[in-house]
Amino acid sequence: MEDYVLRAVEIEKHFSGVRALDKVTLEIKRGEIHCLAGENGCGKSTLIKVISGVYQKDGGIVEYDGESVEKLTPIDAIKRGIQVIYQDFSIFPNLTVMENLAINSELVENRKFVNWKHVREIAQQAIAKIGFKVDLDAQLGNLSVADKQMVAICRALMFNAKLIIMDEPTTALTKREVKALFKVIMELKAQGIAILFVSHKLDEVFEIADRFTIFRSGKLIATGNTEDLDDKKFSFYMTGREFDNAVFKPTNVTKDNIIQVKNLSLDGFYKNINFAVKGGEIIGITGLLDSGRTELALSLFGLKPSTSGEILIEGKETVIDSPQAAINSGIGFVPEDRLSEGLFLERSIGDNIVISEIDKLTKKGFVDKEKYEREIQRWVSELTIATPNADNAASTLSGGNQQRIVLAKWLACEPKVLILNGPTVGVDIGSKHDIHSILQKLANAGMAVIIISDDLPEVMQNCSKVVVLRDGQVAGELDTNDIQERQIIDIMM
Amino acid sequence: MKKTSFLKDKHVKRLVIIMVLWAVFMAITRFSKFYTVINFQTMFAQFPEFGLMSLGVMVCMITSGIDLSVVGVANTTAIASALLMRSIGGDTGTMAVFWIPILFLFAILIGTVAGALNGFLITTFDIPPILVTLGMGELFTGIGIVLTNGAAISDFPKDYAYVVNSRFAGIPVQFIIFALVAIVLAIILTKTTYGKKIMMIGTSQKAARFSGLKVNYLLIKTYIISGICAALGGMIMLANYNSARADYGTNYTLQSILIVVLGGVSPAGGRGKISGVILATILVRVLETGINRFPQISSYYISLIWGAVLLFVMVLDYFSENNIKLLKRK
Repeated sequence: MEDYVLRAVEIEKHFSGVRALDKVTLEIKRGEIHCLAGENGCGKSTLIKVISGVYQKDGGIVEYDGESVEKLTPIDAIKRGIQVIYQDFSIFPNLTVMENLAINSELVENRKFVNWKHVREIAQQAIAKIGFKVDLDAQLGNLSVADKQMVAICRALMFNAKLIIMDEPTTALTKREVKALFKVIMELKAQGIAILFVSHKLDEVFEIADRFTIFRSGKLIATGNTEDLDDKKFSFYMTGREFDNAVFKPTNVTKDNIIQVKNLSLDGFYKNINFAVKGGEIIGITGLLDSGRTELALSLFGLKPSTSGEILIEGKETVIDSPQAAINSGIGFVPEDRLSEGLFLERSIGDNIVISEIDKLTKKGFVDKEKYEREIQRWVSELTIATPNADNAASTLSGGNQQRIVLAKWLACEPKVLILNGPTVGVDIGSKHDIHSILQKLANAGMAVIIISDDLPEVMQNCSKVVVLRDGQVAGELDTNDIQERQIIDIMM
Repeated sequence: MKKTSFLKDKHVKRLVIIMVLWAVFMAITRFSKFYTVINFQTMFAQFPEFGLMSLGVMVCMITSGIDLSVVGVANTTAIASALLMRSIGGDTGTMAVFWIPILFLFAILIGTVAGALNGFLITTFDIPPILVTLGMGELFTGIGIVLTNGAAISDFPKDYAYVVNSRFAGIPVQFIIFALVAIVLAIILTKTTYGKKIMMIGTSQKAARFSGLKVNYLLIKTYIISGICAALGGMIMLANYNSARADYGTNYTLQSILIVVLGGVSPAGGRGKISGVILATILVRVLETGINRFPQISSYYISLIWGAVLLFVMVLDYFSENNIKLLKRK
């Protein structure tokens, strides 16, 4: 018989009549790296909460180390060696690293007074376990996301964890940090600790996982060894749809450049950037998080105006020193952080769509209600935003639909150039595919599209050329037909 | 766009219920003293003072800001206008009627300058509105004190107070001024793109910037509107008291915030209706007048009552909007 650290068999869970988990099974072997994948709302998080004792199951069996447990509390789960690292890490930003590491054991031992020497000792042991180097007295809030995650991992290890569950651990990490995280995960595996890795990123699953389990709409769809999985199957299991991942071939490229950037510089961020985009073209700009790619995007939209160099729109030199100037020159910008920069979450879908073109929807200086509503309806149907009512708040929608709102907002301004910074971050596969086809359609209608992204498959699939930034400079401009992802990574690093 | 009828709005509903309850209570206990034409005329001549200030605070609060300078601006406007009238007509002399619109233009100018300064400091130096306007309020009060040596000015032509204190078809002129401003603001807030835009800024200033709104320009405009409202409030005070002094109406700062919150404007910004604020203004006046009809309750209790009501409304809002708050925390 195989040695399972955790078996959750035919688990059922209902929320006020809605079946969140429909007899799903998840089995994790001792010391394996297991990937749990699925679209948003597929039941991944619910299952994790059942396993860790946050929710009580409505049916099925949960076995820890072969021992069936009927009722479980979070403390029981911790005592049985189950540790969950949530996306927000559940850490205290205003405490030091040491205090964060020690706080749980202090709580478990129920001490009233703090023995600082003891605390320092256990904290040191914890970071030594994974060879993590950090100043124990640093305030946690000042650490990078990756370091915070390491602290959370260290804390998990302090309880003789047998299984560590990581909920989408790579979402906020740069490529380099993901590499470091994977190294730590491999080390944990070598120490016999099983990892349940929740992710919907295909490349990560292939890189790290031994086995996988995929859920869709609360049901188990597939489970097996990662060797037996490929791109196509993965997307199909996740979405139930077949995608054609064909590389985009532009069909309607104009002769002249729509936007051209000449020797553009912003002191301290990037220097002497040159590139040009024709109408009908999609180009990619990629680089590591600190490569200056985000600042370049902000400059093109006037939020962080460049300090020298030229931007030519349709051959004419254009000063872009404010978002208004950018919009007036025909530039639209889908920002990196959809939730805080792209959307007014509490406001209606409709208000979000028309806010940037509202000055056009007027009659004699007043808002023309009829035009306003017509414009909203137009974009809701054009981009197939799935909502029963455009008066609902934008926060009620899924990531993919929210991104469509942001797209609609810019398309409504009829831009000549559309710049997208991380257009599909946090968007599920189905919507990602839809957003890509929207962008391709826009390009074919004559728009110049710039995708800024570190999602290389995305860049390879959509862009005809890619500008690679490194340390604020162009490290290479490549034709995506001639190269492999590997080569881009080599240039990026 | 939400299409809710007047009574469906839960803040408005709450206000109407309180108002009806209070009206019934007054009818039972003090009918003959409360329900008189003259009493209502008095109330409608008084509340425009702080009603105008509240309208200004409301617009700022919609952008998730606040204006604590309203009383300082109002008093200084009243003082400056009084001084101007004195130099026109001498200390007891008369003043031609055509000066009155000029006086109002003068007041609007002072309000514009005050508001523009507030807006400029808030947007250019990124100082929180609460601090900028607190400082500006002190600054204006200080100007008022310097201009008057701290004393009240009442030796100026009486024509102004006479005109503003009169009634037009039984309706106090003060109320007519308030109503005009309220109508203009209502149109601005609901029918213009500016109104829509400041609601969006109040929801998320960052997203507004990323959407290409001219956030700084819009905020400066907002504080100018508030400054003008405050200055007009000062002009009403000048007429009502027939004198001007740097420390009149000091409790109006708290009272205007109370009214705005009571009227359903979210202190977090992005939400607010002028109908609610007007209703709350009238309610506060009716409550205070009603309380005054009970001689056993000293007017010393008024601050205590307003403070308690303000805190109570906030707590009530917390409970009625808890679901929204929980969503935000995620």
